[in-house]
Amino acid sequence: MKLQDFIQPELVKNIINELRFYKDTATFMEVCGSHTMAIGHWGLRKLIPENIHLISGPGCPVCVTPSTVVDALIDLKDVTIATFGDLIRVPGSKQTLEQARAAGANIKTVYSPMEALDLAQREETVFVGIGFETTIPGIAYTIIEASRQRQYNFSVLPLLKLIPPALHALLSDSEVKINGLILPGHVSVIIGTKAYQFVSDKYGISGVVTGFEPLDIVLGIKLLIGRLHDPGIINEYSRIVSSDGNTVAQTAISEVFTTGNAIWRGLGNIPDSGLDIRPEYDQFDALKKYNITISEEAENTACGCSNVLKGKIKPLDCPLFARLCTPDNPIGPCMVSSEGSCAAYYKYER
Amino acid sequence: MLLITNMKDDKITLGHGSGAALTRSLIHDVFVERFGLKQLDDAACIDNKLTFTTDAYVINPLFFPGGDIGKLSVTGTVNDLCMSGSEPMYVAASFIIEEGFSIEQLKVIADSMQKAAIEAGVKIIAGDTKVVERGKCDGIFITTTGIGILNDSPPLKAENIKVGDKIVVNGSLGDHTVAIINVRQNLGLNPPPESDCAPLNEIIKILLKTKKLVFARDATRGGVATILNEIYTDSGLGIIIDETSVPVKESTSALCGLLGLDPLYMANEGKFVAVVSDLDDNSLQKLQAHKYGNAASVIGIVTNEVQGVYLRTAIGSLRPLPMLASDPLPRIC
Repeated sequence: MKLQDFIQPELVKNIINELRFYKDTATFMEVCGSHTMAIGHWGLRKLIPENIHLISGPGCPVCVTPSTVVDALIDLKDVTIATFGDLIRVPGSKQTLEQARAAGANIKTVYSPMEALDLAQREETVFVGIGFETTIPGIAYTIIEASRQRQYNFSVLPLLKLIPPALHALLSDSEVKINGLILPGHVSVIIGTKAYQFVSDKYGISGVVTGFEPLDIVLGIKLLIGRLHDPGIINEYSRIVSSDGNTVAQTAISEVFTTGNAIWRGLGNIPDSGLDIRPEYDQFDALKKYNITISEEAENTACGCSNVLKGKIKPLDCPLFARLCTPDNPIGPCMVSSEGSCAAYYKYER
Repeated sequence: MLLITNMKDDKITLGHGSGAALTRSLIHDVFVERFGLKQLDDAACIDNKLTFTTDAYVINPLFFPGGDIGKLSVTGTVNDLCMSGSEPMYVAASFIIEEGFSIEQLKVIADSMQKAAIEAGVKIIAGDTKVVERGKCDGIFITTTGIGILNDSPPLKAENIKVGDKIVVNGSLGDHTVAIINVRQNLGLNPPPESDCAPLNEIIKILLKTKKLVFARDATRGGVATILNEIYTDSGLGIIIDETSVPVKESTSALCGLLGLDPLYMANEGKFVAVVSDLDDNSLQKLQAHKYGNAASVIGIVTNEVQGVYLRTAIGSLRPLPMLASDPLPRIC
């Protein structure tokens, strides 16, 4: 099948019409930033019935990275910092990485961690390891490859985060009211649907793993409504997601990393939600190599990102949104990343 | 107009070169007042007789499928001239070359320039050469300046756009950006996508001859969406684009899906956005029969139903297609 097969307007309309039979109010959270963008891109929030609310969750890796990371990176001297593009406009306390680069810092945008390993052949390079389970296997593999090449010019700043512990933290927050989860498609390719079983078992709500095309998303919503009173984990994205996930990728992850605490912007310190580099790969751990500590941040108190990330408010409800906080002058990280809820709302839903 | 709030410490960032809102702010805040500029178009118009423009080319890589910096430096300036309705005539070229640059490569680049000039019917008649120390430039930078003649017709201006006018593009969007990303990031796409780098002065004549052409721009940095937003700013009229009519190659679409990029915001080097008061089937067929227009399409309409630029998506929803602040950033996952 082609992607085009999942954009059929007539089928999408038919499913949306079926959603109209449901009269109660339901709130579903799309956990993943790519879903937030896809929903905005396709204008779905305006097409589905008004009693079905879609709120955006914490699934944007840049958005949940504390801004203190940016300061720590700018403080690193005499090394090349290799980062994915999303991070370079995130404001630190004084500068963004883009501004630091304009002022002379050696900061390079890369599309993959292997590109950073190539850079290390010429210059001492720190790769900023940001991402969820989707990105983690590639980073694990790169560290294994660096070890094989004995490329000690290369290290990774491990800021990697895991989705299931974040969902635990979110769903155990009594202020968060959600009737179902639209679960991240790409993360699920790696971890499999069984990793979410606790969502229905412990918290009594359903979750649906979906793809990113309009048919995937509206079908996902329909499936969630069908299971409002019979909680379970549904796999709409079975064309690429299995129950067990990608076990080869999982093996690479556990070869290099072990779980540890992680600071999530907006959600705080969540136990076992991050990954530390195992002692066997110490030489590639930038935290140890450069003695970096990432502190918890003092956030701009007016910035609503922490409540946006928990789905407690919509970006439009933040007092800074589109007034003081815009994509060219982002105050909170949700405005910076193209996957961020605020950036998506700014672009598509004002 | 946005403020350059990103320039807290008074430094230029790469975002200021994106062609998007930050670039516009920079031009307005630094140059417009100081130079007393009244109107910002791709080419300046002198006494309704001549058009005059200049453009710097700093592309990396210098050679890419579908073109090189030499070809680009001629076609880019030719396109800026012909979009105002003028006939491009003469080009001057100045070269900033890095110490150590291969003379053989310089010859290849110069040959490309001459070939592009012959195709576009312009003459390269003046130039300058400077060599800088190793590390002071990225191989070679080329600046070209062009002069065009406005034959009887007045220059095309956004203020003449009216409700009901149609928006036309001459082919698939995003091809140049995809070709460059593939080479620059070593993506290994096979076959390698080709840049659409091409002179547009012949194909735009098809529209000029209909006497229905109201306005045109070549959709380089910032892409079609940025041009449409500029049209909205200058004309005050809304625009609705029909997503299903926007020509995008399947391979471009797939890569954009992977990287989180949008073809409507990606740079082209051989695509125009034209506003026409009407386009009959015969003229559309002529566009499509031209070698630089085989996927030419009417993609939208000027309307007072909306304020701003909007996209009617393939599934029927209407959503904004705003001006971007800066370069789109490829995403993590």
